[in-house]
Amino acid sequence: MSQAEGVNVQRRRVLIASTAAIGAAGVAAVATPFVRSWYPSAKAEAAGAAVTQDIGSIEDGQMIVVKYRGKPIYVVKRTEDMVAGLESVKPLLSDPESDASLQPEYCKNPTRSLDPTVLVVEGVCTHLGCAPNYRPDVGAVDLGGNDWYGGFFCPCHGSKYDLAGRVYSGVPAPLNLPVPEYGMDGTILTVGEA
Amino acid sequence: MSMGKKLMHWVDARFPATETYEYHMSKYYAPKNFNFWYFFGVLSMIVLVNQLVTGIWLTMMYNPSAEGAFASVEYIMRDVKGGWLIRYMHSTGASAFFVVVYLHMFRALLYGSYQKPRELIWLIGMGIYLALMAEGFFGYLLPWGNMSFWGAQVILNLPAALPVIGDGLAEWVRGDYIISGITLNRFFALHVVAIPLVLVGLVFMHIVALHHVGSNNPDGIDIKKLKDKNGVPLDGIEFHPYYTVHDMVGIVVFFICFFAVVFFFPEGGGFFLEPPNFETANSLKTPAHIAPVWYYTPFYAILRAVPDKLGGVIAMGGAIAVLFLIPWLDRSPVRSIRYKGILSKIALTVFAISFVVLGYLGATPATPTATIMARVFTILYFLFFLLMPFYTAIEKCKQPPERVTGGH
Amino acid sequence: MNTLIKSLAGLGLGAALTLTAGTAMASGSGCGTFTNADGVDEHLACSTAPIDFTNKGSLQNGAKIFMNYCAGCHSAKYVRHSRIAKDLEIPPELVEKYLMVTTDQIGDHITAEIDPEIQASWFGAAPPDLSLETRLRGDDWVYTYLLSFYEDPSRPWGANNLVLANAAMPHVLHNMQEELSQEEFESEVGDLVNFMAWMGEPARHDRQVIGFFVILFLLVLLIPVYLLNKEFWKDVK
Repeated sequence: MSQAEGVNVQRRRVLIASTAAIGAAGVAAVATPFVRSWYPSAKAEAAGAAVTQDIGSIEDGQMIVVKYRGKPIYVVKRTEDMVAGLESVKPLLSDPESDASLQPEYCKNPTRSLDPTVLVVEGVCTHLGCAPNYRPDVGAVDLGGNDWYGGFFCPCHGSKYDLAGRVYSGVPAPLNLPVPEYGMDGTILTVGEA
Repeated sequence: MSMGKKLMHWVDARFPATETYEYHMSKYYAPKNFNFWYFFGVLSMIVLVNQLVTGIWLTMMYNPSAEGAFASVEYIMRDVKGGWLIRYMHSTGASAFFVVVYLHMFRALLYGSYQKPRELIWLIGMGIYLALMAEGFFGYLLPWGNMSFWGAQVILNLPAALPVIGDGLAEWVRGDYIISGITLNRFFALHVVAIPLVLVGLVFMHIVALHHVGSNNPDGIDIKKLKDKNGVPLDGIEFHPYYTVHDMVGIVVFFICFFAVVFFFPEGGGFFLEPPNFETANSLKTPAHIAPVWYYTPFYAILRAVPDKLGGVIAMGGAIAVLFLIPWLDRSPVRSIRYKGILSKIALTVFAISFVVLGYLGATPATPTATIMARVFTILYFLFFLLMPFYTAIEKCKQPPERVTGGH
Repeated sequence: MNTLIKSLAGLGLGAALTLTAGTAMASGSGCGTFTNADGVDEHLACSTAPIDFTNKGSLQNGAKIFMNYCAGCHSAKYVRHSRIAKDLEIPPELVEKYLMVTTDQIGDHITAEIDPEIQASWFGAAPPDLSLETRLRGDDWVYTYLLSFYEDPSRPWGANNLVLANAAMPHVLHNMQEELSQEEFESEVGDLVNFMAWMGEPARHDRQVIGFFVILFLLVLLIPVYLLNKEFWKDVK
């Protein structure tokens, strides 16, 4: 038995629409805990909390690795010569002004750092994610001789970066190494928050 | 022709989409006199969907090892954003499932929905009930609380009561000499994968079998006997839209009750989440009162009522098995309690009261008085079935009407 | 006749459920039996614990008492310090300075860095983890228990308890009880139990608040749904 004459079609439309609208709000509300449960839990947040490291005892030219959120963070104590070399290497770089790469605003500067003598950068190649090797040896023959001002070399596919983590042109990696949020309090480095 | 219509034509040439929709929804003619008791089928489906969705989500965060299970539940309750809500929806849903299923089954008893030609629907439904009890049993071990452990310990002693094969069987089910992480792992697989597949398959068959013969109704009469010139039963109405909008009301009311429990009484007075389960399983520390979860307590009372261990197991199994036989025990010429004689009415009332009282007794300690009561009500429970071929045959019934009564 | 039978069955069901729930709640939260001065066994009624998660001051005081008096022996291994900071509205620096006794990472759980076997040899039983104690025993039980210690020279640590006869736990709050009036002592213990109830289920208050809005929403949804149903069923004669 289907609709006879005298059916108030308008009223039915209004009721169907209002039920659907309020019902949709209900569906969104029910979906909320399920969607939220996928965000990092308190356990992930605790494991991923900011990491502190006293870098007072790093020697000039030395690199240490700090682990933050499962990623290696390279911390290099740069010498004055290393910092000077950052200017000379610019013509060989793909993005010398760090316009395309990831870094906090306080690191969008010629040394990509808070303090020119300390480089903090993620040791994750922007090509396919390998951990680049630290090659501070300026003029290394296997890395281009006079075109090598010291930096990082990725063994997986040959990408090269300078001592501010900026990527060379003509290598597979597209971007400079990312710089994480970090802060310095005297010699205490905190990676993960400014 | 609109895009939508074109799309449907393309699909229908390759898949019976519109045909299936019409057969099951827009051209399925259900009796127009469904009452309150007819909500519980759709509510069972709603709760099944709830258990599946919340269950899948919990599986993402739960750790099925003896060492990690209890802590993982607390991880869900505290560390996972919104985890406590998903957990409470699942635990409340488990109890809600049995509430709606018991009321759904009672409807069948009231209106003779198990009588010819619906015997198979009833049998499939009993299969669903068994699968549901197994699902609850396996699921209850997973939090690895102290009641989880000891409840499973007691229930796994039941197969141990069987002569000769008993102890070997219990050890085979456990996979170990005592209930351990090995038992937990296999119960996890059964609870998350095996039984849900069985449940979904049986529910599908249950609905197909129902739609094949058509729905019963509170008057128990066959609406297909009187049809109009188009072959549509005079007392039939299209399931969609009339029962889709009708069921929506029932669903919203159900959600009000369900979420009131989830948000305000998730522990259910100690019946949905039992206090001893807030400490981890300890084989050296037995809780003061071990009782199964409330939805098994009627059968637990029957088990304890019989003084002999094996006898108790047989009686308990028999109490469930006898339900399978109802289509053949009921010799009444009419389906619905409305037109059956006074004997059936008394018998069904006594049965319902016995079930509830046995449930209460199963949840409380077995004092001497309680044991006597349990024995009395166990006998009454069985008499409902065993005497049915006689009282349904001899009683004087009323003549059911030609057309349905009541409804809207 | 059918309606009568169904109503009776419904009433019976309701009565049985209420009875059962009542019994369960009574037996779950009974606060023990003790023998009074006349040698008669008496049932100890539980005192009602003052639980209120919106009272941040009480929760903060309770956290302080827990760390000072309880965390030396009892762990609360499902509770993170960072969660205490967040829910109790305490700045993380203050939590790190005053409330972290066994760790230096604010995301860590409250652990008692002590071997439970050694503790078992001192006390007879290892002090249990307290994360879920109020859910296991009941808020009122824990409150009454902490208020029911009395002197008993026959016990190894000099104290016994009315609620849990021959408890292995010494009367840790003894000095506090000596220094304060009965009222002040009950208030401190109340704060401690409030904090322990929070530890048992930090989401408790939020769940009730959200629940209110959920039920309200469903009642609103019921209106068009009900009217829609009535409207369509006008077709059915």
